[in-house]
Amino acid sequence: MRPAPWIAVVALPLAGCAGVQSALDPAGDEAATIGDIWHLMLGVCGFMFALTMLFLAWAIVRGRRAREADAEARHEPALSLALHGWIALVVAGLAVLAIASFLVDRRLLAPATDVLRVRVTGMQWWWRVEYPSDDPGRTLVTANELHLPVDRTSEIELRTEDVIHSLWIPNLAGKLDLVPGRVNTLRVTPRRIGGFRGQCAEFCGLDHAWMALDVRVESADAFEAWRQRHLAPAKPPLSAGEREGAQLFVQKPCVMCHAIRGSDAAASTGPDLTHFASRATLGAGARPLTREALAMWLADPNRIKPGVHMPAVPMTAAERDRLVDYLMSLE
Amino acid sequence: MCSHCRARDARRACVAAFCATIALAACQREQRDLDPHVEPLAGQATPLSGLNPGEDRPAPIRSSNGAGFEKNAYAISEGQRLFAWFNCSGCHGNGGGGIGPALMDDVWRYGGSIEQIHASIAQGRPNGMPTFRDKIPDAEIWQLAAYVRALSGNVPKAAAPSRGETISVTPPLTRVPEQPPKPADSVSPER
Repeated sequence: MRPAPWIAVVALPLAGCAGVQSALDPAGDEAATIGDIWHLMLGVCGFMFALTMLFLAWAIVRGRRAREADAEARHEPALSLALHGWIALVVAGLAVLAIASFLVDRRLLAPATDVLRVRVTGMQWWWRVEYPSDDPGRTLVTANELHLPVDRTSEIELRTEDVIHSLWIPNLAGKLDLVPGRVNTLRVTPRRIGGFRGQCAEFCGLDHAWMALDVRVESADAFEAWRQRHLAPAKPPLSAGEREGAQLFVQKPCVMCHAIRGSDAAASTGPDLTHFASRATLGAGARPLTREALAMWLADPNRIKPGVHMPAVPMTAAERDRLVDYLMSLE
Repeated sequence: MCSHCRARDARRACVAAFCATIALAACQREQRDLDPHVEPLAGQATPLSGLNPGEDRPAPIRSSNGAGFEKNAYAISEGQRLFAWFNCSGCHGNGGGGIGPALMDDVWRYGGSIEQIHASIAQGRPNGMPTFRDKIPDAEIWQLAAYVRALSGNVPKAAAPSRGETISVTPPLTRVPEQPPKPADSVSPER
């Protein structure tokens, strides 16, 4: 039997349930727990909704008939029974939801052992990501990318340096606010290797929508390799173009906001660029990182991400090319 | 109701609607200029020394950029952010001074007009003020200058940022009394 075309049309919105930014496609324990209660709520509320609609339809039909018949002094035991049943059903439904949400809450906040500590700081409009270590020299700082090992709980400390933000990685966990002056802790235990998208979920200014986080869940070995690679200082410039770009970087205003470990640039108000070229995106998810996008970004960041705090730095096209050479060599 | 009264009521309603429409114009505060175009400042914005031959001191130059930044709320609040970002407080301590001079009083060693403040930031000044000409893009120096000028209350109330995002030791700019810069002659630059 051929499926009717309308099935395809009805099923089309279901495609939105999967993907790199979907709470309905959980890839971690916390998201799965929240997904379970979501399905329970959908079931209970859907059932009650259908029942309500059914009774409403019945009432409409009955009302028409009652107008015709003599409605005087009719006692209906079935109706009063249904009413009592309805009350019992509402109480039971609410009780199930309350108990389930209590249990989910307990599960999400249960203490964990052997956690990976990560610190995420929200800035207008990007994410600073740090992997603190007891040895301060081995604290890894990066931006707009969050790498997590699979099958291990990570405890993410959430801070902000300006306004309230909210970190939401729908495939891994629920959203949690980043509040000035306090530290919130989000626990995630990824169970599936892959790339996901995090997003600021609390309006934080003009570029709120352009504040994405590239999340990579990797095997324990791949994660450790990534960490070791990124703890190293930046690759020294090799070609003449790269060397010239490196020099421009510290002469131009770039050096006032950005850090490249291993060079003279050490400011922290903008994203750390030590391993810039290994990132997937530019400007916190504003564009995929390519040479062309970077050149356009340097010429006028406002054209790609209107309102961004990075200014257009005056330079010649040739200088911009050298700077792109250098930045794209920072793997 | 008489037809006369009805006509009068309709007229009143029209006038009220007209007045309400006019009031809508007040909703437009200012347009954010995310990418301000600035002309480079030509010439010396302020005399650098109190010593000069003859009676007349050279008049400080004015720039077409200055007026726009001085009154622009977005520019001033961006200047407030940059003041923190570029660690101006490291020497000027939130405007109260420390290693560098205070910026919230009426004493201006190198002039208190926005052009003169811009020049001081861009060119640097003796005894420790570094030059930021090649380190901060020009539009941002203008924003900083607008904020520095606002620190002593020289800012339209409607444009003053109420408070920063972080805990501050100084009152918000809306509550700082206006202290117009003293005439250049009354303050010796060597003070």
